[in-house]
Amino acid sequence: MTVQEVRLCGLLLQEHFGEVVEKVGTELLRSGALNLRALAHQTGIQLDLVKKSLCVLAQHSMCVFGPGRRGPGGPVEYTVNSERILYMLRYPRYIYTAKSLYGDTGELVIEEILQRGQMTMSSTVKTVADRLTHSMEDGQSMEYSEVIAAFTRLVETHFLQRCPLMDNAGAAGRTSSAVSESPAPAAAPPVQPENFPDCYKIPQIHLTGRGKRRRSSEDGDAEERGTKKAKVDSAAVCGDEGIYWQVNFERFHLHFRHQAIISAVASKLDQTSSEIVRTMLRLSEVTTPANATYTQALSANEIFRALPASYNIGRPILDQYLTLLVDDPMEFVSKTGDSGGGMYVVNLHRALANLARATLESVVQERFGSRSARIFRLLLRKRHLEQKQVEDFAMIPAKEAKDMLYTLLSENLVQLQEIPKTPDYAPSRTFYLYTVNQLPTARLLLQNCYKAVGNLIERRLFETKENKRHLEKSQRIEAILASLQASGADAAQLTEVEEMITPPERQQLEALRHHINKLDSSENQVDETIFLLESYISSTSSSR
Amino acid sequence: MAGRGRGRGRGQLSFCMEAVGIGKGENLPPSTVQPTQLFPPLEHKPVPLQTGEEAEYMLALKQEFRAAMKTLPFYVRPAAPKKDVERYSDKYQNTEPSDNTTEWSPDWRRFPKELRVRVKRPLSEKSTVVPKHSKQPRVDKEEIIRKLETLEKKEEEVSSDEEEGEKKKTEEEEAEGEEEYDEEEFEEVRFLLASICRWALHLM
Repeated sequence: MTVQEVRLCGLLLQEHFGEVVEKVGTELLRSGALNLRALAHQTGIQLDLVKKSLCVLAQHSMCVFGPGRRGPGGPVEYTVNSERILYMLRYPRYIYTAKSLYGDTGELVIEEILQRGQMTMSSTVKTVADRLTHSMEDGQSMEYSEVIAAFTRLVETHFLQRCPLMDNAGAAGRTSSAVSESPAPAAAPPVQPENFPDCYKIPQIHLTGRGKRRRSSEDGDAEERGTKKAKVDSAAVCGDEGIYWQVNFERFHLHFRHQAIISAVASKLDQTSSEIVRTMLRLSEVTTPANATYTQALSANEIFRALPASYNIGRPILDQYLTLLVDDPMEFVSKTGDSGGGMYVVNLHRALANLARATLESVVQERFGSRSARIFRLLLRKRHLEQKQVEDFAMIPAKEAKDMLYTLLSENLVQLQEIPKTPDYAPSRTFYLYTVNQLPTARLLLQNCYKAVGNLIERRLFETKENKRHLEKSQRIEAILASLQASGADAAQLTEVEEMITPPERQQLEALRHHINKLDSSENQVDETIFLLESYISSTSSSR
Repeated sequence: MAGRGRGRGRGQLSFCMEAVGIGKGENLPPSTVQPTQLFPPLEHKPVPLQTGEEAEYMLALKQEFRAAMKTLPFYVRPAAPKKDVERYSDKYQNTEPSDNTTEWSPDWRRFPKELRVRVKRPLSEKSTVVPKHSKQPRVDKEEIIRKLETLEKKEEEVSSDEEEGEKKKTEEEEAEGEEEYDEEEFEEVRFLLASICRWALHLM
């Protein structure tokens, strides 16, 4: 739990849930596991507000609770999951992916569930249908069955999963002794959603109807009756009480990793090779576990049969492409056997390592220039080099090479390794070799990324605060304009209201909007780098 | 042994200068004696941001999501600061931030029970609770004293006309009592009278 991570988590919580939840969350991040009383005491916030914040965090699965250190009889302890908070940075990417795969309906389903943390299927379907109906033309409305179909597709491809059952027996510490007689072991592992056998089972619900359009017009009576009916509907049991659904982030991450590999192949080789790799990944999606080093072995025959119809390349051409992929120094694909026309696997971990290496190299290039990048790449390839050797291999004059090496050394991107000739480490009798270690450097850059996003968010908050007065004025004028238009005012009145904002103010607002858009956009792009580096680091830790 | 080289070895470094590449007599850049600047000058300008439909759509999604979260009940607002003095306008101004967290409550089967906040029902402005029934009708003290005095007189009469019998006396007194008193008071008084007569008879 580094300083930068805690700071970023705090800023994200503040933006989405308010200051109270931010204080509670940061306190839990810093102190580990705490029970309710200790938390209220340390933050100095009212007990009621602390309870509300914990409810909010638990609803969004950012906080887990369980029996504390004193066992099932003691108070409940709460821990915050920092990874889950950092996923909030990636929400737009998840929603956009759902849109590209499943259209507007899928996009809205994912957005609703992300906003609310966990939802039942019936409430999701109703809300999404209402929203879609609202955006459609008058007279049309969205059928519930279409939304249910989209929801089902999302569950079948594992993008949504059921929330795991919470062990409430351990949490209700003050219940009767009957609970303690059937004890759950104090060291029970937390229930993973994947262990739950019905993780992806759709419940049978009886839900028919269409989305309701929210009318803001004169038929108030009809609306009254409509709302009364809606209340009765929501009170009616739909058959899936207690079954909550959440977004399966791991599946989205798998999809993003595959996308990264495919686009890397496309930019290094060509479109057809990337299609071949995409087919291989698609075929092995269901059979390969999430953290596998390489995919399941696929024969060339299978790949040939599964290629999309638009790419009708001949069988020998496919073989040539596969050979090309295998021989590529990036080692995305390797051949593991000869049966079935050749067995091929995609090397996931090696691909991730290569992508991370490319990221590091490009960071050095953009910050220090192409010659420093050349030295960096040299050191990555040759591992350990002396000062003289660096100058020779990089073909850079000695003075400049020295300068660049020291700059990289001061930024901690390059390390100095001492190899003694004698046991007393005498300076004249030791080798000093420059080296680059990919994994620690990746970790360093990841922390830099967290710091960068934190800075971006803080700058955006600062800009908003500075121009708060202007923003409020413009919002009020927009509201006045909207109400005037709705009540049918003439053009003269509208222009009069619009002129209430002076041109310099307009310019200032425009500049502010531009800055905020830029800062937001940068956050999204830094998050792409964060995702890549995080995937690489977690892949190395799991393979060890 | 460690302290011996203190005076002589001041100019020595922990690594060999030649091996790292600094020759003798070469002019090195000036050593830094302060921490680096907060905003060092950028030699290489950063790469421009990605633009395009995807980037703009994700930007719009991000901003809409942020705006939507502010309206949801999950946005916990800090408690309103306590007023120093009660003001007259408070009755007509709803100064409390609309606490929309009460619109949402989680499924309590899945959450620890200790997190449940008991929502205090707001004091209704209509009226204070009207007591259901008055335990006793409020009776004036003076009235009670008057009644007791008349009762005493009657008691004396009763004790003198003892041979006539209890019932008759009580009936007489009852009849008398009915004319003068309210029904409730009459009931009490009758009971009181009956008990006094019994007591008087006991003594006799």
